[in-house]
Amino acid sequence: MLWYLGRRLLQVIPVFLGATLLLYALVFLRPGDPVAGLGGERGLPEAVQDQIRAQFHLDQPFIVQYLYYLKGIFTFDLGNTFTGRPVAEVVAEALPITFQLALMALVFESVLGIAFGLFAGIRKGKLFDSTVLVFSLLLIALPTFVTGLVLQIVVGVNLDWLPVTAGRDPDFYSLLMPAVVLATTSFAQILRLTRTSVIENLTADFVRTASAKGLPRVRVVGRHVLRNSLIPVVTFIGVDLGNLMTGSIVTEGIFNINGVGGTLFEAISRGESVTIVTLSTVIVLVYIVANLLVDLLYAVLDPRIRYA
Amino acid sequence: MIPRKRLVGLGAFALATSLVLTACGGGGGEEPPAEGESTGIVSVGNGEPQNPIIPTMTNEVFGAKVVTNMFSGLVYYDAEGVVHNEVAESIESEDNQNWTITLQDGWEFTDGTPVTAQSFVDAWNYGAYGPNAQNLSYFFEPIEGFADVQIPVDDAGEPTGEDPAAEEMTGLEVVSETEFTVTLTQPESDFPIRLGYSAFFPLPESFFEDPEAFGEDPIGNGPYVMESWEHNSVIQLRPNESYPGERTPQNGGIDLVAYTDEDSAYNDLLDGNLDIVTNVPASAFGTFEDELGDRAVNQPAAVIQVINVPEYVEAFQGEAGVLRRQAISMAINREQITETVFSGSRTPATDFTSPVINGWSEDVEGNEVLEYNPEEAKRLWDEAEGIEPFGDQPILIASNADSDHQSWIDPTCNGLRDTLGVQCEFDAYPTFDEFLDARDNEEIQSLFRGGWQADYPAMGNFLGPIYGTGAGSNDMGYSSEEFDAKLDEAAGESDPDAAIELYKEAQTILFQDMPGIPLWYNNATGGWSEAVENVVFGWDSDPILYQVTKSE
Repeated sequence: MLWYLGRRLLQVIPVFLGATLLLYALVFLRPGDPVAGLGGERGLPEAVQDQIRAQFHLDQPFIVQYLYYLKGIFTFDLGNTFTGRPVAEVVAEALPITFQLALMALVFESVLGIAFGLFAGIRKGKLFDSTVLVFSLLLIALPTFVTGLVLQIVVGVNLDWLPVTAGRDPDFYSLLMPAVVLATTSFAQILRLTRTSVIENLTADFVRTASAKGLPRVRVVGRHVLRNSLIPVVTFIGVDLGNLMTGSIVTEGIFNINGVGGTLFEAISRGESVTIVTLSTVIVLVYIVANLLVDLLYAVLDPRIRYA
Repeated sequence: MIPRKRLVGLGAFALATSLVLTACGGGGGEEPPAEGESTGIVSVGNGEPQNPIIPTMTNEVFGAKVVTNMFSGLVYYDAEGVVHNEVAESIESEDNQNWTITLQDGWEFTDGTPVTAQSFVDAWNYGAYGPNAQNLSYFFEPIEGFADVQIPVDDAGEPTGEDPAAEEMTGLEVVSETEFTVTLTQPESDFPIRLGYSAFFPLPESFFEDPEAFGEDPIGNGPYVMESWEHNSVIQLRPNESYPGERTPQNGGIDLVAYTDEDSAYNDLLDGNLDIVTNVPASAFGTFEDELGDRAVNQPAAVIQVINVPEYVEAFQGEAGVLRRQAISMAINREQITETVFSGSRTPATDFTSPVINGWSEDVEGNEVLEYNPEEAKRLWDEAEGIEPFGDQPILIASNADSDHQSWIDPTCNGLRDTLGVQCEFDAYPTFDEFLDARDNEEIQSLFRGGWQADYPAMGNFLGPIYGTGAGSNDMGYSSEEFDAKLDEAAGESDPDAAIELYKEAQTILFQDMPGIPLWYNNATGGWSEAVENVVFGWDSDPILYQVTKSE
């Protein structure tokens, strides 16, 4: 087990190098000159532009720029953004809030998605099931910005039940609405995934056997059906953590949350390679760790799976 | 069974309502305004400043709100853009070229050091000095000796990396604690008007010791001091108790709240969480004046939008070219586009400046080419065809596509197609800097979008920097001796009214040549909550924050 874990963690190193190189190349290939856009319509004086280019090594060839970036990583000094703030500080500021938002959304979508999916699966074809199916289809169809803006105006402005925007130092309470909005699509997907999986397992041999030997219904469903149905769901949730962190750009914008989404968007539109690559790499790492956790969870859910 | 069904009937909204129940306790909007003193803190929608808070670095609106409220220059602008002395006692010149500036006594920076003539001269020299790479350095260009403090360039225009020939501009001389003189390279009658712009603000001695630390925690001499700056979140400005000038704060402070999305700021305003928004989102253009009533503002700003015509495009050169430029201008239905696309948040242009600028007029000679006149447009176009055929090529209007320009370029193109019978397309560049790149490298093959926001409220600021020969923002390559001469004449004219007439005559030349086709003026759109009063938006589209009142 430990051996397996160590091997998996070692894989992070090539993935990290590959990801940064690829991301850096992509940003480098982005056409246009980021410094030219800094001064608005008028542009900055030529001398000022030259100095900014020199300061950020933008006048160097690609590989030199990338090596400067790696050097920055290993010396823990990523330099400044175009606005003169340390990149590390900007990244460190953006991550926790987005992570909190993503985790809240993850809890909402998994708890509710699995619960609704389970009941819908058990009552396949009944009114509950059909309602839930139609409703989840609706949620999948609605883009986040629609749910976000509608909830914001109805719940926030008209009813005044929840804060309209998260504001500064957002707490659990002011993040509730954004987290719900962020979770909606995945909630519907988890619900449907769980439902299908539950229906499949309900007709499986081992469930019939369990029922036949007289186990109480709760135990059959809880221990045999649900547990086995969770494997595809857990896979989905693992990938979704990364999606939630990157997919929060729209939600963060609507609720004025100062997180990864907005920072990344701004960095991209300004062509700030160091910030883009650093944030994206952190998200790549989140994907890797989440997938590792999922793989480990398989063993818990299905005792037949062993890692060595 | 039944309760569960009911739960499902509510569907996922059950989630929302259960959250809502807990919400009632914590919510709570603003208290209604009560009679009494105005000591409330006014919250204003803003964004994260793009540069350190140094006056000569601040070239965008988010930082500008901080700088103008934290610093006092020689003069300040009132809502109409009229100049009033602030730190200056007098600004005098016989010939518009040699200026003597005297300061009032009793001004201090908030660290207790006095504001002297040296504070201005040092700040200006710092701003102009090439190696300091200050964004607004070009403002000092008219001062004698500016060229000597720039990094030398070789014959190819590349910087040599050597130090500038001098560290200070020869045109600035300190006479005494409260007096200094400025020598310009040529007469500039609107020089005193420029002095209200942030590039000309003074700096305390502590700045020069550590500019970087200063940019994070600036010390000014203005109506407000910075109490805290939480990046990407809020900048708190509080009244400067020792401020001796005329812009005395009428409130308990200003919170500049950072938003990345205009919609969310506007929704916060509707909910009473925010006192002032300075930009109404496009989605609310059609409704905000109904929703806010007399708390909405929609007035022209010192911003003009143009379609520029690069001189290197052959189809627009010569006699046929001028006819085509005029034909295109007359084929654009400005009234209709500003009403339908912009819901009245733009005002059709009648000149090359802006209605908020002193001297603006609706009847500059030659401006009839800005009126929608399809028959005349078609006639001019056909006349041009008779001289030299335009061929099958389409007219392209180039712009960046990362903000919403398609919404007006498409109807503009439709107008050209219907009226002139030519093909017309939006030539989209994905990002703003790609667009600038193409523009500066003369890769744009047809027309391109241009916009100009005035730095200081003077007509000359709309003409010289854009249409003067070789000027910094003359991206068309336009050059007219007649026009340049008229500008020089206006710059040397001491009588403001006479200068305005000269600027109008200069515009008449522009209407004949049409290096740019004026479209419309942007409007300043904004609004405020019921909690605040005395909100006035100035000529620069920003609310005059020191005079806003708010009871606690």
